[in-house]
Amino acid sequence: MNNIIVYCETNGNTVADVSLELITKAHSLANQLKVDVEGILIGSETEGLEKILFAHGASIVHKAEDSRLAFYQTLPHTSIVCAIMKKEKPQIGLFGATTVGRDLAPRVASALKSGLTADCTSLEIGDHYEKKIDTRYENLLYQIRPAFGGNIVATIINPDTRPQLATVREGVMKQEALQTPLKGKVKTWKVDELVEKDDFAVEIIDRQVEEKKVNMKGAQIIVAGGYGIGSKENFELLRQLADVLGGEVGGTRAAVDAGYIDHERQIGQTGVTVRPKLYIACGISGQIQHRAGMMESSMIISINTDPNAPINSIADYVITGDFMEVVPAMIKYYKKNSK
Amino acid sequence: MLVKPLKIIVLAKQVPDTRNVGKDAMKADGTVNRAALEAIFNPEDLNALEQALRIKDSVPGSNVMLLTMGPGRAAEVVREGLYRGADGGVLLTDRKFAGSDTLATSYALSKAISKLGCDVIVAGRQAIDGDTAQVGPQVAEKLGYPQVTYVEEIEKINADGMEIRRRLDNGFERVMTPFPVLLTVHSSAPGCRPRIAKNVMKYKYARTLTELQVAAEDYTRMFNDRPYLKIQEMGVDDIGADTEALGLSGSPTKVKKIENVVFKAKEAKVIGVEDKEIEELIVELIENHTIG
Repeated sequence: MNNIIVYCETNGNTVADVSLELITKAHSLANQLKVDVEGILIGSETEGLEKILFAHGASIVHKAEDSRLAFYQTLPHTSIVCAIMKKEKPQIGLFGATTVGRDLAPRVASALKSGLTADCTSLEIGDHYEKKIDTRYENLLYQIRPAFGGNIVATIINPDTRPQLATVREGVMKQEALQTPLKGKVKTWKVDELVEKDDFAVEIIDRQVEEKKVNMKGAQIIVAGGYGIGSKENFELLRQLADVLGGEVGGTRAAVDAGYIDHERQIGQTGVTVRPKLYIACGISGQIQHRAGMMESSMIISINTDPNAPINSIADYVITGDFMEVVPAMIKYYKKNSK
Repeated sequence: MLVKPLKIIVLAKQVPDTRNVGKDAMKADGTVNRAALEAIFNPEDLNALEQALRIKDSVPGSNVMLLTMGPGRAAEVVREGLYRGADGGVLLTDRKFAGSDTLATSYALSKAISKLGCDVIVAGRQAIDGDTAQVGPQVAEKLGYPQVTYVEEIEKINADGMEIRRRLDNGFERVMTPFPVLLTVHSSAPGCRPRIAKNVMKYKYARTLTELQVAAEDYTRMFNDRPYLKIQEMGVDDIGADTEALGLSGSPTKVKKIENVVFKAKEAKVIGVEDKEIEELIVELIENHTIG
């Protein structure tokens, strides 16, 4: 009882990365709290997916399977998740901060009258003392998230309502399988008993989803450019450097908005969060929204004509110069010196 | 099939402009000076207003009303909506709303909407001060309406409902929804049409009663002659809300701690642009296995 429940998104015949990141995180939080992790799987074909969740730290998987649930829909998923949470009474409920999780979690929170924190980047367990009522709360979920356009970091708690609900950004937490998978249990729920006919009032008539072509999150080396790169053609130069180094090209929101680079390569608060071994920032001033998505890179090289560019304050190496000259030199000397 | 005129409510919020926190908005210690940030119409709420006006364009006789919750100065949001083509607006304001989180805010908004009545609610996906994207879905849940979030375009409207294109993480989806419904509109939807000069002239003096009382000049006669200038204010009593469910007492989430993000300068190594120095850097990176 009072476990941690993770709503798991399915992606074709597998579980979405963000959900496995959450199960991994939930497993470590659950160890601290001495409770278990439960996953929720809703879909039309979830056969075998529970094994992936057991491997990442879930010990109970709730399944709701129905041919009408092939794709995510707000109302039936809300009904099912609310029913499971009312029955199981978890102390914590986690969702990915995806278009699915950010659609579903607020609706669930409203129905359960529970507190919800959006887009968390970190979760911790901690205590809280409320002076006004002289009450000490133990083992609360600290929900940590950037706010105010990334200019502040807030720690949010829900002292009195359960479950404590949060959505968590994709890619900010590590996904790790356990050495030995847990020997978990599947609990099957009867969908007809949980959903109403009206829950299918909104009908999906067409759906076009492309597989992600690039994997920014997994890239060990990223060469990124800002608006200052000036054109799509100039970005080609960054791509050449990324290619020789075996990395990916990324861009700031301004570069994406200007059409220099694809949306799926956007790094920052409204794009993906990356933490590569090496991040080469070319002509990037370093707005806080961009830094939020890359500041955990192990090593940062900033190439900028402005010696006072804000990004230089978090860089390990600063090259004050024009990327049009520096990048070709880097390519040349890499080719010369690499074996 | 003829569509009967629709009553549309646009949820809009006045927010500090957090997008361009420039050098002048940063204090010496590297933290944000909020007072230096301009109060603006939340950007995605403008995308929402445009969708509402488009519904009105295609269903003659429809009515677009703005609903904003905030302090007295948020009446500016209603005026901006009127300038761009809305038919009216309501300012939901009461000290008892102060400190409301998304759950308490959506409760207050849903009570106001129940009073006003509507077929379609259109809101921005999220506000740039909180970026939570929670209020829209929570209002829908409280009213028992279905929701369509991340809307990019309303493609068809008929008597049974609307066909809508919504954005997904890696693509899009088309859904058919009945009325009543709540939509949240994404920034990738078309931007809002500009102010209409005629409307600016017409509504320039639109005021709430509270604004009138503190105005330097006496507009009473003008208001009696032109009732459309009055921006309606609603408070806790007008919407019949339970005060326990509002403000801090109605908000399950509490802010435990706020840290300003201050970027401490690391000891960055400065590299010159000479070929020799760049070659040395590359060799160093290869040797410590960062690259290669």
